[in-house]
Amino acid sequence: MNKWENNKAWFFLIPVLIFVCFSAIIPLMTVVNYSVQDILAPGKTVFVGTEWYRIMLRDPRLHEALWRQFLFSGLVLLIEMPLGVLIALAMPKKGWGVSFCLVTLALPLLIPWNTIGTIWMIFVRPDIGLFGAAINEWLGIAFDHTRKPLDAWITLMFMEVWHWTPLVALLAYAGLRAIPEVYYQAAKIDGASSWATFLYIQLPKMRGVLTIALLLRFMDSFLIYAEPFVLTGGGPGNATTFLSIYLVKLATGQFDVGPAGAFSLIYFLIILVLCFIFYQVLQNVGKGAKT
Amino acid sequence: MARIEFNEVAHSYLKNPKGDADYALKRIHNAWEDGGAYALLGPSGCGKTTLLNIISGLVNPSKGKVLYDGREVAGLSPEKRNIAQVFQFPVLYDTMTVFDNLAFPLRNRGTAKAEVEKRVREVAEILDLTHFLNQRAAGLAADAKQKISLGRGLVRSNVAAILFDEPLTVIDPHLKWHLRRKLKEIHEQLKLTLIYVTHDQVEALTFADKVVVMYEGEIVQTGTPEDLFENPEHTFVGYFIGSPGMNFLPCKIDGNMARIDGAKIPLDEKTAVMARNVREKLELGIRPMYLEVTPFAVENGVPVQIVLIEDQGSHKIVSVKLAGQLVRAVVPEDKPVPEGKAWIVFPQQKIKLFADKRLLKSEGATL
Amino acid sequence: MSIFLDSVSKKVGTETHINNISLEFENGTTNVVLGHTLAGKTSLLRLIAGLDRPTSGRILMDGTDVIGVPVRKRSVAMVYQQFINYPSLTVYDNIASPLKMSGMKKDVIDQKVRKTAAMLHIDNLLDRLPAELSGGQQQRTAIARSLVKDAELLLLDEPLVNLDYKLREELRFELQEIFKQRQAIVIYTTTEPAEALMLGGNIVVLDEGRVLQTGPTPYVYHHPENTRVATVFSDPPINFLSGVVQGRFAKLGEDIGIPMVGHLESVPNGNYLFGVRPNHLFLTNGNEKNAEIRVKVELAEINGSETFIHVCHGDAHLVIQEDGIHTKQIGSEIAIYVDPCCFFVYDQAGQLVASPASNGVQK
Repeated sequence: MNKWENNKAWFFLIPVLIFVCFSAIIPLMTVVNYSVQDILAPGKTVFVGTEWYRIMLRDPRLHEALWRQFLFSGLVLLIEMPLGVLIALAMPKKGWGVSFCLVTLALPLLIPWNTIGTIWMIFVRPDIGLFGAAINEWLGIAFDHTRKPLDAWITLMFMEVWHWTPLVALLAYAGLRAIPEVYYQAAKIDGASSWATFLYIQLPKMRGVLTIALLLRFMDSFLIYAEPFVLTGGGPGNATTFLSIYLVKLATGQFDVGPAGAFSLIYFLIILVLCFIFYQVLQNVGKGAKT
Repeated sequence: MARIEFNEVAHSYLKNPKGDADYALKRIHNAWEDGGAYALLGPSGCGKTTLLNIISGLVNPSKGKVLYDGREVAGLSPEKRNIAQVFQFPVLYDTMTVFDNLAFPLRNRGTAKAEVEKRVREVAEILDLTHFLNQRAAGLAADAKQKISLGRGLVRSNVAAILFDEPLTVIDPHLKWHLRRKLKEIHEQLKLTLIYVTHDQVEALTFADKVVVMYEGEIVQTGTPEDLFENPEHTFVGYFIGSPGMNFLPCKIDGNMARIDGAKIPLDEKTAVMARNVREKLELGIRPMYLEVTPFAVENGVPVQIVLIEDQGSHKIVSVKLAGQLVRAVVPEDKPVPEGKAWIVFPQQKIKLFADKRLLKSEGATL
Repeated sequence: MSIFLDSVSKKVGTETHINNISLEFENGTTNVVLGHTLAGKTSLLRLIAGLDRPTSGRILMDGTDVIGVPVRKRSVAMVYQQFINYPSLTVYDNIASPLKMSGMKKDVIDQKVRKTAAMLHIDNLLDRLPAELSGGQQQRTAIARSLVKDAELLLLDEPLVNLDYKLREELRFELQEIFKQRQAIVIYTTTEPAEALMLGGNIVVLDEGRVLQTGPTPYVYHHPENTRVATVFSDPPINFLSGVVQGRFAKLGEDIGIPMVGHLESVPNGNYLFGVRPNHLFLTNGNEKNAEIRVKVELAEINGSETFIHVCHGDAHLVIQEDGIHTKQIGSEIAIYVDPCCFFVYDQAGQLVASPASNGVQK
C-alpha cells in the first residue's frame, strides 16, 4: 500500500533499531568475529578461518551434549504438549473456576528461573527435601539426583514439566475458547462422539496456538540453562550437561572464546533450522492434498 | 419425518425470571406439520433462534412441552431427535474432504459403507458438489461451504426436520436466489419438514409455504405470504412485511367515518360497526401501494401536502403529510405525480383497522 | 469547493483498480457512484479522500493539485460500510471527537454535537457506549461523527449495506434530507439502483475501474448507454433477448414477433440485443399491443410487496417484477407479456441504439 503520508512513522522506529543493534546484532557480530580468530593474548589475535568450526563439529563432548539436548527437548515436548491440551480440555468454561484455574496455572510461570532451580534442589534433597526424603525414607527407594544420572534426569524433567506445562495449557485454553459454539452444536447434531469432536473440531482449530506453543517450548527447552545449572550443575559427571551448559563451561570456564564463538553460531543455526522445519510442517499438516 | 408441536412453551435464559421481560420466548403454542416448509421471520432479538434451538434440543425450554409426533422429547439430545441444522456460518470439518464431511453424520451413526457412498453421491448430485468431492472443504468458496453444511443435513434419509438459521447470510447476493431455488427444489423433491429462520422478508416469503412472524418473543401471525401482506393481524406484521411498510394512522370513529384529526375517511358498513364497539386505541392501516394520489380534489379524497418524491425506477414513493403525520404512497412509474398539494384516496376494501395493535376481525373476535 | 480528477489511475501490483478516470464534482451536489462489488468504488473514494496516492494522474481541489497533502489537513469526512466508532468512548464523545481534535470551544462543541445527534435521532443515546447500541444506532453515530465537522467533502462508502432492510429504508429517507441541507460535495457509493435513484443528483456508473457513464441520475436510468450500464443500473438485472430486425418487424428469442413502431421505428435491419427491465414484463395481458413470451418458471421470489419471477425462455434467463404476491410452481410453463414500447435496443457492440420515450427526463 502506498501510504506515503505516514513515511514519518519510520523515524519512530529508529530507537528500536538502535536498541536491536546493540542488543542483538553487534553482540552476534562480535561472536562471529571471535569464532574466526585465535586470541593468544589480549591484543594479539590470529585469523584462523573455519578452524574452530571444524574442531567443534568433531568435538565428541559437543556431540554428546547435542544428543542429550535432543533427548531432553523431545521428551519434554512429548509430555508437555498432550498434558497441556488435556489440562485445557479439563478446565471449566465459565464461572469463578476459570479465574482460579488461570491464576493457579500462571503461578509457576511467574517465578524466576534460577529460583525454580533452587526450589527443586531443596525439594528433592534426599536428607531434608520433602520429595527426596519422602521416597527415600518412606518408600525405601534410594533416590539421589546428585549421584545417579537417571534420578537427575527424572528430577529435571519433573521440574521442566511443572514449570512450563501451564504455558501450553493456557495457550491451548485460549485456542479452545476461540472455537465458536456452533461447531459444537453442529457436532452434536451430526452425532459426533466426544473423541470425534476433539479430533475433527478442537484439534484442527487449535493448530495455530499449538504451533506457537510447540515452537516456544522447543526453543526454550533447547536453550535451557539456569535450572540444570542450579540443580545439578551439569552432573552427575556430564549426565545433564546440555549444550548451553557445555558452552558456558567452554567460554567462561576455560576462556576458549574462539571455539565457544564457533559453537554458539552452530547452536544458533540448529535452532533456527529446526524452528523453520517445525513451522513449515505444522502449517501444512492436513492442508495440502488437493486434487 | 415428524409433526412438531409446542405446548405452551416459554423460555428464559435467566435462572429466576421475574416479569415477562425476562423471557426470550413468552408463550409459544404452535404446530409444524409434517412435510411443510416454514419460515420464522422477525427482527434480531425476537427469539427466533431460541425457538429453533428448542426444536433441535440444543436448548431446553424453561416451561412447556415439545412433542414430536405426539411424543414428548424433553431432555432428548439433538442426535436422538434426529434433527439436522444448518447454521448462519458454514460449519465444516476443515481437515476432511468434502466427501468425508458429507459422510460424517452417517459414519457417526454406524451406517454401512456402501450406503454411505450411495447417500453421499446422491446428495452431492442434488447440490452440484460432485465435482468437489475429493477436495478439502477448507479451500472452497462460501457458497460451496454452505452447501456442504446443507448437505450434511440432507444426507440422513430419515431426519425429522431440517432447521436453517439464517443460512444465506454469507452468500453473495447474486448467488442467493440460486441457493433459494435449490432449497425450494429440495423441498418439492423430498417433502421434508423444513424450518427456516431469517430476518430477511424476501428469504422468508420466497422459501416458505407458511411464514411465522415473531416479535418480542411471541408469534404474532402465522400465514401464507399473501395473508401476511393482505391481512396483517398485528401492526408489526404490517410494518415489517412490504417495502415501504403499511401506513398506520391513529383514528377515531365517527358514524361510518374514520376521523384522523380533521380528515374524514369513509369506511364500509361492516368495519365501521365493528370499530364503534372498540374501547382500545384505534389505528387505521393501509398499504402504500393501495393509496391513490391525484392532483385534483376527488370524491372521498383527503387533501395532503407532498413532502418528498423518491423515484425508484419502477415506481415512485410519495411521502405526504396528513394531519401532521407522514404517509407513504407508491405510485407506478408511468403515472405523473403532482407537486405541492394533492389528494389521496383510501380504497374502502383495503383499509384495515387495528385495536391496540391487533387487527379487528369480523367475527367480533379481536384475537 | 470543486474537485477535478484528471486521468487518474491506480494500480496495485499487476491489478488495475482504477483505470484512467476523469471526473468533476461541484460544491453542493450529491453524487452517487454506482457499481457492482469490486468495481472500484472504494478505491475511488480512497483516492479522493487522499488515503491512497494515484499511480498516475492529478487530483485538483479548487484548481490546486492536492496529491501528497495529508488527509488530516483536508476537509474531508468518511463513513464506511462497517460501523466504525471508538469503542471506549460514549456516543457523545464519539461525535465530539473530530471537533475536540480541532481545538474547538467546549460550549460550541456541545451545541454542535447535540444538534447533529438530534438530526440522526440518537440524542437520547448520548451516554451509551457503541457496544450497547444496535447496528442501526452505531451507524447513525458514525454518520453523525462525519457530519458534525462540516467537512467540505463528505464521502460515504455503502453506509447502509450492513443494516437490515427496514433500517435501510428509514436511514435512506433521512440521509437525503440531510444531504440537501449541506453545502458540501457528497459522494455516496452503492450497489443498489433503487438507492441511487432515491438519492438523485448526479451519477457515476463504475465498472471494472472504468467510468461507463455519467449524468443526472434519472437520465442515466432511462438512457443507459450500453448493455453494461443497463445491467448495473437495474435490480434485478435487466433482461436481454437477442433479436433480428427485418423491415418493420423483429423476431426475438425463440419465437417472439414484435412490430418495430414508436421509438423502434428508426432501427435499421440487423442483429440486436433487446433489453427490457423486469418491471416491464407482465404476468397478465393488459394491452393488445403486448407480445407474448412462453417461459418456464424457475423460482418466484417475494419481497413483501412485489414478486420476482425467474423464468427461462430457451437459453435466455428472464426476471419479471410484478406488484403483489404471486406464487408459481417451479417448472410450470406460463406466458408472460411485454409492451414493445419498453424495449431498449443495443447493437452488437453493446451500444444503445434506441431507448423508450421517458416522460420529462432531461439530460
